[in-house]
Amino acid sequence: MSPDTKPVLSVRKLVKRFGGFVALDGLSFHAAPGEVLGLVGPNGSGKTTAINVISGLYAPDGGEVVFDDVSIGGTASHKLVHRGINRTFQVPKPFMSLTVRENVRVALAYGHVGGTPPGLDALLDEYRLAAVADRPAADLNSAQQKMLDLVRALATRPRLLLLDELAAGLNPAELDWIAERIKQLAASGMSIIVVEHLMGFIEHITDRVIVLNAGKEIFEGKLAAAVKEPQVIEVFLGGEHAA
Amino acid sequence: MPSAVKHVLLILVPLIAVFAILPGLYQNHLLLFNFVTFLILAQGVNIIYGFTGYLPFGYVGFFGAGAYGFAVLVMHYQSPAIVAVLAAGLVAVLLGLLLTPLLRLSGAYFAIANLAASLAVLHLVANPALESITKGPYGVSLTGTFNPTYAYYAALVVLAVTVGGVVFLKNSSFGLALQAVREDAVSASMSGVNVVRMRIAAWLASALVAGLAGGIYAWYVSVFYPDNVFSGDFSIFAIVFALFGGVATISGPIIGVLILYGVYNLIGFTTPQYFQLIYGLLIMGLVLFLPAGLVSLAMRRGWNVP
Repeated sequence: MSPDTKPVLSVRKLVKRFGGFVALDGLSFHAAPGEVLGLVGPNGSGKTTAINVISGLYAPDGGEVVFDDVSIGGTASHKLVHRGINRTFQVPKPFMSLTVRENVRVALAYGHVGGTPPGLDALLDEYRLAAVADRPAADLNSAQQKMLDLVRALATRPRLLLLDELAAGLNPAELDWIAERIKQLAASGMSIIVVEHLMGFIEHITDRVIVLNAGKEIFEGKLAAAVKEPQVIEVFLGGEHAA
Repeated sequence: MPSAVKHVLLILVPLIAVFAILPGLYQNHLLLFNFVTFLILAQGVNIIYGFTGYLPFGYVGFFGAGAYGFAVLVMHYQSPAIVAVLAAGLVAVLLGLLLTPLLRLSGAYFAIANLAASLAVLHLVANPALESITKGPYGVSLTGTFNPTYAYYAALVVLAVTVGGVVFLKNSSFGLALQAVREDAVSASMSGVNVVRMRIAAWLASALVAGLAGGIYAWYVSVFYPDNVFSGDFSIFAIVFALFGGVATISGPIIGVLILYGVYNLIGFTTPQYFQLIYGLLIMGLVLFLPAGLVSLAMRRGWNVP
């Protein structure tokens, strides 16, 4: 990211509690257009919660989420979609009884505001769903459902795309292929935030990572630098490895 | 030919034509009227259950509210029947608005709460303290507007509009979005769909349809008691007919009414002693072997059933 690029998303001192459990405890970071940002951290560190708050599934209990200079914390998801935010789900939930084509048609009809919507067939073709376009989503395998979830998100022309463990469960060939696609999307100016456990994949596609622990960022920068940071090593591997 | 036009020409037009001609060929006018009423109610259930997944066990609440809306307008304001029918639809929509908080519930909880709501409306209307307004439990007599012929054709108009509405749902992105909400509300909102607004729209549309049907029923029968127009049989029949044919289709509820209500009357005329046995077995068989309705038989073969 060049230093003068204005961030499209700024998360400032974000707090989210579930009862007594503090899932996000003052998390701050930003994402720039054209950038692939990785969110990494141990299980329960708040990665998915952060994505859920940014995409409007949860309202924050403190702090703010600023998108295009507008504070959007607590705004309903469908309105955020219209503003240009979309996401995929760790466990995709397509509209099972609708066909693949119908799944995407819903997002095309309701998800974008102005501009030319992306072509349905081109999208399906690009994400290897053309052959199953007229089958119910329930017939797809899990990798195909993940791609359908991604196509559903892309159909709304997001400028900020949040990918929650998109790579989990894909085979190595599919991983290389989807990594290229993600890089191309970013090259088109889209800001992409990736939550992922596969460090090789993260290293391959991200420009920068934020390491989370207990709902707070403990490191920001290149993944290669992160793994030399004693605090990061402590969180991932335990205290005795840090020294 | 766009499929919406095809659906209108192949389903809506023949259905209305047949029921417009039948009174000239068949003597039992009341039976034909009941068929039309159940066709409307089954499509109303289709709109709310088939397209959004809410099972309206108290659907009769809108029907009864419509019937009494009609009665109050005729008794107290001497309204012409047509005006009173439109008011009946409005009353049902207002009741639907009042009940929108029920949409926060889902599955069996929604069904039970909706049933309770319909009973609450029944007991409000049948309350002797409201005798001056609703005639309470003593029933109403609306001889001034009595005209079964006009009422029958009014019902046909409402049926045409209702089936037309379902054709629209089946062929529009609006209907597709409703089904998306039914399948997964979170993914639907991430497709840009305003989930709450969609649910309310479908809910009020199905309330309107039942209210209009209730108003026309009051017009047709002209003498009735609260227990008649709030009878749980209306909800159950409408739901069973819609499910028997297959919901989220245009033709399913129509096939369901024609077959099941036809069988119902056939048994009732010929072998009333076996009525409940035959009817019960038929419904049990359906639930066990064809839970997605008769049209699913064709869909399993890969045919596209409108």
